[in-house]
Amino acid sequence: MVNYIWVFMTIVGFIFAMINGTMTEVNKAIFDGAKEAVTLCIGLISILVFWLGMMRIAQESGLLEVLSKLFRPLVRKLFPDVPTNHPAMGYILSNMIANMFGLGNAATPLGIKAMEELKLLNGGKNSASRSMVTFLAINTASITIIPTTVIAIRMNYNSASPTEIVVPTLIATIISMLGAVMIDRYFYNRRRRKG
Amino acid sequence: MEFLSQISLGFIPVLIGIILLYGTYKQVPTYESFVEGGKEGIKIAFSIIPFLVGMLVAITVFRASGALEALMNWIRPVMEAIGVPAEIVPLILIRPISGTAALGMTSDLMAVYGPDSFIGRLASVLQGSTDTTFYVLTVYFGAVGIKKMGDALKVGLLADVVGIIAAIVVVLLVFGAK
Repeated sequence: MVNYIWVFMTIVGFIFAMINGTMTEVNKAIFDGAKEAVTLCIGLISILVFWLGMMRIAQESGLLEVLSKLFRPLVRKLFPDVPTNHPAMGYILSNMIANMFGLGNAATPLGIKAMEELKLLNGGKNSASRSMVTFLAINTASITIIPTTVIAIRMNYNSASPTEIVVPTLIATIISMLGAVMIDRYFYNRRRRKG
Repeated sequence: MEFLSQISLGFIPVLIGIILLYGTYKQVPTYESFVEGGKEGIKIAFSIIPFLVGMLVAITVFRASGALEALMNWIRPVMEAIGVPAEIVPLILIRPISGTAALGMTSDLMAVYGPDSFIGRLASVLQGSTDTTFYVLTVYFGAVGIKKMGDALKVGLLADVVGIIAAIVVVLLVFGAK
């Protein structure tokens, strides 16, 4: 899908340039865009290094685990099919916490482990179980506490207050999380009625 | 709504404080762990360079040619009727599909309109509050060999729609339209 969008933007751009006579601008844009991208990545280094460093401390001190325990009662309600002490529960919780702190790279392996356990719970079938659909829904709408990269980009473009978007992001993401849970429940009930 | 930005300001120092004090209390070699984790950050920053170069070149070409403007003029009336600047539409469309592409668009919007403009703030909140549904779906289901996705894609995309609407409403309420 991205492949098509990417080629579409470039080719349509060239066609428009031919029609509009903006070929000079387009030629300049090719090199400006590439340069801008590299500059941006260099600018991102500072904040990525800082937050991933902080998160490593949180991980090694067990702070992420403490948070997981805190959220356990809530998660038990979301995944009624998963036994409380099943390893899947632990992975689901750690994955959600890692997502909250914008630890995409740490969250992915935990998420995959959770999926493996959920598949075992479902008798190893190759179709998605109720809990798997819920887990995915929560994952794609996961609550964000520190939108690290966004703050970095805002700093890069000299925002007067790079972190002012933290609380609005938190509110928006809580709403989308609630939405995801409700939509998931709706589809689950519909499946059940159909039998 | 002013107090919300005040909480945002205090939030990060408090969080850092908790992480550092708890780490010290648990006798984690804080500084060394920080450095180890930080190395990961350098790797990530360098590894996204090709993604961003590809996407930003396509976007700048699309914009410089006048194609983006034509597209904007076409959908502007519809979007403005519901209070959304047309400039944000490409970001909304690409967010569920590609994380790095969305990152490219977000930074492009901030470069053009400024991070403290309505568009810049909306792009920030959108980028922070939604995730790449297609990526999560492919990676998680792909890794464990789930062939039948059930309602997962539908649920994920509908949740994205909720997230996008929530982002727009929250930014309007907290920062106002301009």
